[in-house]
Amino acid sequence: MPESLTYPFPPAESIFHPSPTLSALQKSEPIARFSTADGRTGWVVTRYQDVRTVLVDPRFSRAEASNPELNLPDTGLGQATTGSILGLDPPEHTRLRRLVAGAFTARRVEALRPRAAEIVGELIDALTALPQPVDLVEHFSLPLPVQVICELLGVPAEDRHVFHGWSDAVLGDVTTDPARIAGAFAALDAYFRKLIAAKREQPADDLMTALIEARDERDRLSEDELVRLCQTVLVAGHETTANMINMFLLTLHENPEQLNRLLTQPETIPQAVEELMRFVQLGEGSGLVRVTTEEVELAGVRIPAGSAVVPLMTVANRDPQLFDDPDTLDVTRSAGAHLGFGAGVHHCLGAQLARMELQEALRGLLARLPGLRVDVPVAELRFKNGMIVRSLHELPVRW
Amino acid sequence: MTSWRVEVTPDCIASGVCLALAGDDFALGDDGRTHPLREVTEEREAVLDAAASCPMEAILLTDATTGEPVDF
Repeated sequence: MPESLTYPFPPAESIFHPSPTLSALQKSEPIARFSTADGRTGWVVTRYQDVRTVLVDPRFSRAEASNPELNLPDTGLGQATTGSILGLDPPEHTRLRRLVAGAFTARRVEALRPRAAEIVGELIDALTALPQPVDLVEHFSLPLPVQVICELLGVPAEDRHVFHGWSDAVLGDVTTDPARIAGAFAALDAYFRKLIAAKREQPADDLMTALIEARDERDRLSEDELVRLCQTVLVAGHETTANMINMFLLTLHENPEQLNRLLTQPETIPQAVEELMRFVQLGEGSGLVRVTTEEVELAGVRIPAGSAVVPLMTVANRDPQLFDDPDTLDVTRSAGAHLGFGAGVHHCLGAQLARMELQEALRGLLARLPGLRVDVPVAELRFKNGMIVRSLHELPVRW
Repeated sequence: MTSWRVEVTPDCIASGVCLALAGDDFALGDDGRTHPLREVTEEREAVLDAAASCPMEAILLTDATTGEPVDF
């Protein structure tokens, strides 16, 4: 029994699979204790059903994760989400979520699909005019979601080079460089206060204007909440999707027979996106800790009130109880139950938007650049240090 | 007090948003979709929140007497 599980957890040996130590817990100790170097403790949950319970059951609180009196271990994003929609419980969370939910429904997202397909086409036109190899991060996987979320929110997409560095920093692991994270939050805060002031003068047909109206005319949220909500939508709206596009391509190139299937049957891309969401290890999964508001019995284990509980979605997505042969990528599988977007009140607000962008990105790349290949060995890929998502510096490709 | 008819359409993706907000009103079925626990319920804020927060707009609320859709 791994009595001495410590945080940070043992790293994965491959970017395509969870850490073997964490995978093994699913069998041996599905609700396991861990401790940090400074002696704080928590629980890590790895089975699909238990992870889903932690995400959905209101006795597992996000707001309590910001409670300084609980002496909780600093994991993943730590207290960086304090005061944001990611760090709230109902009813405060519900009030904010309802203000933005309408902009991200399946119906609204479908209306954005033609525009996303158009952006995909323009980006591929531009990158095929460049000498090979081309950096896919700079010329496709980052600008696509940035353009889409900027148009939806009402942020000038040409500011990408201004805000992207801050966005990278705020998704940093709190245990590595807290000062850099705090600085980036301050910079994003100032940036959005200026944008919101300009938008008050010149309203537009975008989410930021709608949120300003909800504040100024209906008093539904505070000025700080308005600023923070816009920041969260911008950051969450592009970092994850950009890196998912990279990881999708890397994963498909590691599984050429699956890639071939998609090349010959592009109509199956939506189903393949669900399987890739299940399979891909975007992060090592220590993102958003929950805290028990009372003693909870989970899978026969008593977890005391006030305990930190880390649900590992990336490991749960490989649970053989739910997915046969879980460590094999199979784009024909029905993988829709995956927890790649989480579950419960914090189920990814942009899930439908991300799905649509990922489908259009794959559709465009496979149709226009069927010979696309990564120009460096996986072992030589350079990932940014200390981020909670696997974020590439660059992805050189040829076709 | 008004009664509502609650329906979950096949668009449901089991995001679990409604289960977390209104666990007394919805449950996950063996088919992997969420279902209302009661077809007709007294009007409740939690059910309204769940319907308004559903990413698929899959929760339909209608006035049980008039059949009019409930605004949220």
